[in-house]
Amino acid sequence: MKYFVLLAGNGDVGAWEQLTPEEQELIFAKFGAFDDACEQKPGVETLAGEALQDDSTATTLRTRGGEMTITDGPFAEATEQIGGFYVIEAPDLDTITDLCRVLPPYDIEIRPVVDMG
Amino acid sequence: MTSKSDQLSTWADQVVAETYRSDWGRLLSLLVARTRRLDLAEDALSEAFARASARWPSVGVPANPAAWLFTAASRVIIGQLRSEAIHGRKAQLLAVRDDWVQPTRVGDIGDLDDERLALILLCCHPALHPGARSPLALRLVIGTSTDEIARLFLVSRSTMAARITRAKKKIIAAGIPLSAPVDAELRVRLDDVCRTIYLAFTAGYAPATGPDLLRTDLAGEAVELATVLFGLVRDAHQVQALRGLLLLQHARRDARTAEGRLVRLAEQDRSLWHQDELRAGTELIVELPVSVGYVEELRLQALIAIEHTRVSTASATDWSAIAALYAGLETLTGSPIVRLNRAVAVGEAESPNAGLAITDGLDETLSKNHRLHAVRADLARRAGRFVLAHDSYVRAMELCANDVEYEYLARQLDGLDTPNL
Repeated sequence: MKYFVLLAGNGDVGAWEQLTPEEQELIFAKFGAFDDACEQKPGVETLAGEALQDDSTATTLRTRGGEMTITDGPFAEATEQIGGFYVIEAPDLDTITDLCRVLPPYDIEIRPVVDMG
Repeated sequence: MTSKSDQLSTWADQVVAETYRSDWGRLLSLLVARTRRLDLAEDALSEAFARASARWPSVGVPANPAAWLFTAASRVIIGQLRSEAIHGRKAQLLAVRDDWVQPTRVGDIGDLDDERLALILLCCHPALHPGARSPLALRLVIGTSTDEIARLFLVSRSTMAARITRAKKKIIAAGIPLSAPVDAELRVRLDDVCRTIYLAFTAGYAPATGPDLLRTDLAGEAVELATVLFGLVRDAHQVQALRGLLLLQHARRDARTAEGRLVRLAEQDRSLWHQDELRAGTELIVELPVSVGYVEELRLQALIAIEHTRVSTASATDWSAIAALYAGLETLTGSPIVRLNRAVAVGEAESPNAGLAITDGLDETLSKNHRLHAVRADLARRAGRFVLAHDSYVRAMELCANDVEYEYLARQLDGLDTPNL
């Protein structure tokens, strides 16, 4: 199955800019460890994985009555802290949640991707 | 005229009913494990039972009813799979973990406790809605009807049906896997697993519907599941508490009915209690430390059972101690059912009127539960409040769907001395 893994909130990590360089280093190390763990796990393949720039760089598009408006900022307060995402092929939900324990302690949302095959 | 065919018909119906009770969970677990089609297995097994009901009365009961049902249900599923293949549809399979070993013992369905536990564990996955876990497990593993589950959880049938359907869909869509029964991370699900087994026991101990007062076979299955679970995780306190509690309550099974009638605790023949089980249950409970959460709920309930069973006569029962334990349990759970039981205990420890006072305010949550009215009726009768007693018995009888208990209520109402009416 294909899963979309959204780093949805700061969780125990806190805001990036408030971390010391040593703490940021540790976070990078955990992302590296996650990549390694995914690679070593049978049946698991990382198809995409990106970190996103912060919400001050976000642009939101809304269409109402056929009219699209463009505004500055994130879509909703709940999406302000989205920091990145992965698309991962894995055999089941437990495998993904186990792997996510290796990631820095962000709040994470996992969604299965619709199988178009 | 009772012909041979009538006798066969009655017997066949009984075998269908008995097989449903004793083998539904095993058969479904096996079907799910082998086909990985959670969506089809339940309907297919229901269909197989419907076919058995239609066929066995006329052509006879097969030598191995469970194996017949398994084959019939498998054929239904195979038919569905063919139809899907023809239409080019590809349904998603239930995920399985790499530690999962597909069971092969089709012919030997008497020894599949682990498969049932695996299915219960699946239903108790933390990614499922907490309010759906035990209901789903009861539906799938015990075969409890949605009506009865709704009643156990004090919600409407439609709410419960929607909850169960949503949970089943999520298991498949999110890839929640079937896995081996015990693993370190599975321990987080033990509370829900214990809750499910306890509810299954309760459903057997006091079935809300039907002609039986007790389904000791169903309760016995739950005790057996608790024993298997205890064998797998001996160091888990909630499992120890569950097993102790079930042993203590099940030990009284033979004394709870006589000549098809409900026998109240006070009138039970204590020589019929299984003393070895009471001892084993008590030993498991007294060594547990005071705790919090669900394990404490189970422990307090078991301590109440011990209070009831440790004395040699009903009149020696320490009702103050029981009332205090119920008070602790009520604080912990906020359950209206617990409050109702506390009312009974206070009615004995203090006075019937003190018990009645505690039933005040319960109508909001339990107005449609016959036990509230039955308890109130008994307390009112003893307090000499005959009008309240009369009305409460009548209300309890209107709501009671258990035939044997209904009869008890009717006898109480008949015997009610009503000079003031």
